[in-house]
Amino acid sequence: MGHEPIRSLELRGITKRFPGILACDHIDLSVGEYSVRALVGENGAGKTTLMNILMGLYQPDEGHILINGKEVRFRSPNDAFDHGIGMVHQHFMLVQNMTVVENVALGMKSAHLPFRLDLASVRKKIVEVSERHELPVNPDAMVWQLSVGEQQRVELVKTLCLGARFLILDEPTSALTPQETDELIALLSKMSGELSIVFISHKLHEVKALSDTVSILRRGRIVFEGRTENHSPSELAALMTGHEVELPRVDSTGLDRSGDRGLLSIRDLRVRGDRGNLALDGVTLEIAPGEIIGLAGVSGNGQRELAEALNGLRRPESGSINLDGVELAGSSASRIIAEGMGYIPEDRNTEGIVPSFSVRENLVLKDIGQRDWSRGGFLRLGAIAANAAGLRERFDIRCPSTDTAAGSLSGGNIQKVILARELARGPKALVAVYPTRGLDMGAEEFIHKQLLARRAEGVAILLISEELEEIMNLSDRVAVIYKGKILKVVPGRDATKRSLGLLMAGVSDE
Amino acid sequence: MNKSFKFAYNAAIVVAAAAAAMGIGAIVLAAVGANIGKAYLVILTEPLKDMIGITEIVVRAIPLSLIALGIAIAFRSGILNIGAEGQMMMGILASSATAIALPDLPRPLLVPLAILAGAAGGALWGGIAGVLKARLGVNEILSTVMLNYIAAQFYTFLLRGPMMDPEELVMGSGTPQTVRIPRGAWLDRILPGTRLHTGAFIALGLALVVFFLLWRTSAGFRMRAAGAEAKAARYAGVSVERYLIIAMLLSGALAGIAGSVEILGVHRRAIEGVTGGYGFTGIVVALFGGLHPAGIIPASLFFGLLLLGADMTQRLADVPANMVLVLQGAIILAIVSARQFMNNPYAQDKAARLLSRLFGKPEPPAPPGSIEACPDPSDSVDPCLAGEPQEATR
Repeated sequence: MGHEPIRSLELRGITKRFPGILACDHIDLSVGEYSVRALVGENGAGKTTLMNILMGLYQPDEGHILINGKEVRFRSPNDAFDHGIGMVHQHFMLVQNMTVVENVALGMKSAHLPFRLDLASVRKKIVEVSERHELPVNPDAMVWQLSVGEQQRVELVKTLCLGARFLILDEPTSALTPQETDELIALLSKMSGELSIVFISHKLHEVKALSDTVSILRRGRIVFEGRTENHSPSELAALMTGHEVELPRVDSTGLDRSGDRGLLSIRDLRVRGDRGNLALDGVTLEIAPGEIIGLAGVSGNGQRELAEALNGLRRPESGSINLDGVELAGSSASRIIAEGMGYIPEDRNTEGIVPSFSVRENLVLKDIGQRDWSRGGFLRLGAIAANAAGLRERFDIRCPSTDTAAGSLSGGNIQKVILARELARGPKALVAVYPTRGLDMGAEEFIHKQLLARRAEGVAILLISEELEEIMNLSDRVAVIYKGKILKVVPGRDATKRSLGLLMAGVSDE
Repeated sequence: MNKSFKFAYNAAIVVAAAAAAMGIGAIVLAAVGANIGKAYLVILTEPLKDMIGITEIVVRAIPLSLIALGIAIAFRSGILNIGAEGQMMMGILASSATAIALPDLPRPLLVPLAILAGAAGGALWGGIAGVLKARLGVNEILSTVMLNYIAAQFYTFLLRGPMMDPEELVMGSGTPQTVRIPRGAWLDRILPGTRLHTGAFIALGLALVVFFLLWRTSAGFRMRAAGAEAKAARYAGVSVERYLIIAMLLSGALAGIAGSVEILGVHRRAIEGVTGGYGFTGIVVALFGGLHPAGIIPASLFFGLLLLGADMTQRLADVPANMVLVLQGAIILAIVSARQFMNNPYAQDKAARLLSRLFGKPEPPAPPGSIEACPDPSDSVDPCLAGEPQEATR
């Protein structure tokens, strides 16, 4: 620390290759003092690789980094810190069972005296920074006690305490509620008076709200650069994907389901979470055939427990889960699968697929014991391969071959593998948890279309998501979950961002 | 990058690793004042000079391969079985007790029965660790290592007490060993004048069985799924705990068979020191063989050669056998380290570009932003070496 301020930061001709992929192709990017530069692009466009190079996590194969016109080389993140560059990662880098002070002290070399950790000076610094930037944090709180929004603030304070004058924010709003997002945007635009910020996102309305200039990356190249105010979000979206994107919407006008009985009915479900707390406290939901119910809520309000209980991965304490007349509460996962429950789990890489298994193996993961794929205990490799070839075609799974390890595919293609497996089984009901999280608009469009097609076929769908846009576009009815309870169920066409946002924050009286 | 480059790259890594190991070994040999060249010559060529040597390599490879097959089942199913040594001892005890107790059974009955008893003994010992892990979440490394100690003491106790040859007590030297196993339980020697026995066929047969089990049956599919990503397997309806126990039972059974075959084919009575570290070397053989039967068979022969070469250097090159163990350790470390570079697409890519720069060949242009291009499945780093398999929680 104690270095000169960053008046300009320039990347020149940065190139980085990975096997078979040119992740960054001669990228030029410059950011001036006190400005916010948005960096947008689809998944795999090279945003994160570029920022990792800037943070010293990767070495560029070609190109230079210049600060105030002078070339610098970052061999490790420490070099980048020393020049005043700080990054807030998409996944928070905080130790959960340490206090805020301890977390900040971890990276603060000046606090590490011989044989002693100077926590008092760290606390002073935190208070100073949080007052100057109006970032209220409680230095003595344990990190796990804080909400996601508060943790986000701790990350910011931590980065600033370490002396950052130049902030890189990697999709900082991906875990926040709409209100928290608005607060953060306001905060960042205020901070931009004292700092330079690179803001990575693919949510274009945030980009519009916050940034001065925008750079669009596509397939490792900068395809567009310009002032944000001169371009509409839809223009930017088209530049980002290379084609016009239009997300489909559900049409539930004129449908009256009051007479239908639920195909999937959940009654008074009570489920305990990992810490023994009551994560679901009497949840009741009726989902009719051909209906999509969107479950909105900030993550951590019982969504995971609900999805796991519905799929036999967590034993409910009481209550009933009824699928097409069959009682499933407390049944094993395999029985529930056999009864026709489909599941798109939250974490696609560890819950949805076996990453080291091939695409074709993953496509029969749930049904390997069925006569179609094994006979007398022996696998029918020919049938398994033929099945994969068919589904690859139908779901447009892009992979060199169905023998490729599923874990090496991009997120969107992994999600297509999961979707293909779940939908090919012909489920009666489908639980989709954050089905498009982290995916780009093209993949999102595909998955939304598939869900709507299943709805038309009479599948009962529970869509769990934090993206209000997604929920409002797809749901016949929207249920809002807060602290393990359904606060309210509203018809999809009546839901507004504002009303849902308030409900998600626990405010039920309007 | 084409296939032949990949092959050349991997071969170069192996050669480099072997050279590094030999280098370390040379330092050790020089430190004890041995003739380095001669020592290496003896280790690598002396066992291959005559039929006795070659058959002795196979004799050592038989228990090694059986144990490694079991280790492969366990590791592939996500449980790190370090207890093959103890499971082998329990197999020896069960097998020899059965054979000694039923001396009058006809041979076609007694041999399979004795081997099955050995399998049961090993399975019991492995199963304990499996059940502890599945039901109580006890770390299998801890439990299998501890079970090794218990098995070793139990083995010694029985050989010095209840199962000791009565004649040794009366008029012998008190050597801890059982009576000779009845002839009807012996495995035949294949070549007269050597110790090569029909256990070799058992090992080869079981290698096929293990391959079919893991890669051609739905049970093996589930076991591998549970081992590669327990969470995804559980979400797909696989009872991960059940397959964990099954994997440990099978793994223990194979170690038990290794012990049984060693007794019935080579020693023909249970004596102390039969296992002699086979249970641990077997782990290395399994990893070296890529946790696949097709790799385990050649790997077991290679380590058989090393073990025999170690004995011979002591006699022929005047190098203490313990020094050869040091050399073995160096080889193992070098090979395991080299695995990090083998099949690593990043390192391969770098090497390819370095080569093309050095020799001025035009660099094959990577298609810009070909994000969908995914590496060959064989490129994935071995899950068992890249890090600990996912702990099965809950």
